[in-house]
Amino acid sequence: MIVATTVAIGGMGLVCGVALAMAARFLAVHEDPRVEELTEILPGANCGGCGFAGCGEYAKAIIVDGAEVTLCAPGGAEILDNIAAFMGVEAEAGEKHVAIVLCGGDNAKAPRRFDYNGVADCNAAHAVDGGDKKCNHGCLGYGSCARACPVEAIEITGTGIAVVHPELCIGCRKCVKTCPRFIIEMVPESQATHVFCSSKDKGPIVKKACQVGCIGCRLCVKFGGESFEMDGFLARRNYETPIEDEDTVIDKCPGDCIVRQEKSAAG
Amino acid sequence: MARTKAQFKINGGVHPSYHKGLAAAKAIADMPLPALLRVSMSQHLGAPAQPTVAKGDTVKRGQVIGEAAGFISAAVHAPTSGTVKALAPAETATGAKAMAVDIEPDGEDAWVELTTHACWEETDPKQLVEIVADTGICGMGGAGFPTHVKLSPPPEKPIDTLIINGAECEPYLTADHRLMLEYADQIAEGAAIIRKILGAEKLIVAIEDNKPDAIDAMETALKDMKGDVTVLVLETGYPQGAEKQQIFAAIGKEVPSGGLPMDVGAVVENVGTTLAVWDAVVNGKPLTERVTTVTGFPVQTPGNVRSRIGTLYSDLLDFCGGTTGEVAKVISGGPMMGFAQHSLDVTTTKTTSGLLFLAPDQVSEFTSMPCISCGRCVVACPMYLVPSEISQMIEAEDYETAEEISVLDCIECGCCAFECPAHRPLVQHMKQGKSHIMLKRRQKKG
Ligand code: SF4
Ligand code: SF4
Ligand code: SF4
Ligand code: SF4
Repeated sequence: MIVATTVAIGGMGLVCGVALAMAARFLAVHEDPRVEELTEILPGANCGGCGFAGCGEYAKAIIVDGAEVTLCAPGGAEILDNIAAFMGVEAEAGEKHVAIVLCGGDNAKAPRRFDYNGVADCNAAHAVDGGDKKCNHGCLGYGSCARACPVEAIEITGTGIAVVHPELCIGCRKCVKTCPRFIIEMVPESQATHVFCSSKDKGPIVKKACQVGCIGCRLCVKFGGESFEMDGFLARRNYETPIEDEDTVIDKCPGDCIVRQEKSAAG
Repeated sequence: MARTKAQFKINGGVHPSYHKGLAAAKAIADMPLPALLRVSMSQHLGAPAQPTVAKGDTVKRGQVIGEAAGFISAAVHAPTSGTVKALAPAETATGAKAMAVDIEPDGEDAWVELTTHACWEETDPKQLVEIVADTGICGMGGAGFPTHVKLSPPPEKPIDTLIINGAECEPYLTADHRLMLEYADQIAEGAAIIRKILGAEKLIVAIEDNKPDAIDAMETALKDMKGDVTVLVLETGYPQGAEKQQIFAAIGKEVPSGGLPMDVGAVVENVGTTLAVWDAVVNGKPLTERVTTVTGFPVQTPGNVRSRIGTLYSDLLDFCGGTTGEVAKVISGGPMMGFAQHSLDVTTTKTTSGLLFLAPDQVSEFTSMPCISCGRCVVACPMYLVPSEISQMIEAEDYETAEEISVLDCIECGCCAFECPAHRPLVQHMKQGKSHIMLKRRQKKG
């Protein structure tokens, strides 16, 4: 009996072993070893900003599908150089872009129109009657962007508005995609002066809803020349052109929405 | 003609306080023309209509001022004669902004020329559907799905049952109840018209047993109708009037997940819609008015008001004598599925079934707490969902899992949130999840 069992079990083991060995040989998936090497080169932040599910997937996409090598924002110029060198292509890095929330109307300056007592999430709040803020465009402050940020670069201030800490931002754009108000933009890291308003409403409507809104008076275009441009009733910074006389423009803006972001103030 | 009790019991559901007594005994009152009518181009789900008038134009009642844009869309007509004062985006009851046409009534209330079809029995069903489409009729009980779409099922989906929905299960609302009492014959004829269009053999008029007078009225109105006609008495309970639940209660068939009533050979039309179809076919009148229940304890004289589409909520309230005492919350629609309003500067649409004012002691501020896994929401959900789990998935922004566990089947009835002892905003989570998933799908498509 014992002998029969031993032979049977042993036989089964032998058959399975051979089958496994053959499977390993014939069914093996050959992954390009370069994928692993390239993954090592990427920053390992796995932020998804490139549009792929993490650094490994992006590496695979570059090698297998020939994806662009310039998509890793957190990597910056240095890592771009390394990827380009590894792939034997040339790529030039632009200036690093960081996120900014273009709204200055916190709870003190921009009132709410009703008590919102629902899910503390901007997308959910925005779906209820267009959000509880009187201004239809402004930051709701329920922090969807802050939760989306992989590096905790966004803070919701005590007065209920989102502020990006540019020195922490790795430029992954996740916040940009999350915000239901479409008020987060990517701006060149070196720029500190912005129009902190996203309301395209006409002046009188803006004034009723916010103390620091852009009323579309065009004074910034008058004094700042091409460094500003109008988008309907909303002024926008043209980051291609530096502002010559920054202090005058900031001073002239009657809405007080053109602000120089002090590096330390945000930090 | 027979009267029967519903044999199929819907799953789950709740029993909120109905407070229908506030307005149920009030006959429908016609509101005089207000100083301004603001007609939104977005009257229902689906594509908003395209305005066809310009500022300064004079219009007649029933003239098209917005034409349907696409298949799931319905035309919009001038609610009275007058002058177009403005075309501007205005806030709707759901909070979204949509183009609206401001009309200043001239007081004449002159109709455009109307084509009547009193002998509709001889009219081709296709032409009847066209009349329904041209007169801008859409579901007046809920989301306002364009009626002509429901009435044109593809040939491979024959309809054998027409259900006329007179359940009116939302608390407070009594507009449909009054329509059945005051316009039973017209509703019966409207039902016959729809039945002819669909070629449906069976006609079921479903009414909750808390409206015995409406049951009697409809029974009398239908007594001479030929064929398989039933007045179905439903047990009072929420959400008996929800489309899928009503079909189950009436014929015991379940609409498949992601499917439509036509998949089980049924079409459900609300009594208000049925009356509008009658008015459109027999009198040739486009949909320009509706009955809205203006109610709630703070309202001076609650009632059922027939007003023009585009009437300001504030004018409706004034007509009911304004409010006495403090108002804590205003809801457009019923308390279970309606939308809270932050201002009365919004106008009625074809779907405004009610305008409800709640007193401070009826509204509680609460803080949402973690789920205690009590399972009450699961018992309450008429769609056999597990709201607790779905809500937690959505909170964790795991929309894929939420989709897998059927969040898209949620009918947003609110039963789960009504029962939840942890005050979790379950319906809001459902809505958030659904809109997120639908957005993703649209983005994928293009
Ligand atoms: S920036 Fe947008 S996502 Fe962030 S808190 Fe404000 S509204 Fe919400
Ligand atoms: S702030 Fe925005 S862009 Fe910057 S790291 Fe956070 S999510 Fe990414
Ligand atoms: S999950 Fe949806 S269908 Fe189920 S009870 Fe809640 S709201 Fe109603
Ligand atoms: S009713 Fe509320 S607490 Fe109970 S299981 Fe459902 S979500 Fe959780």
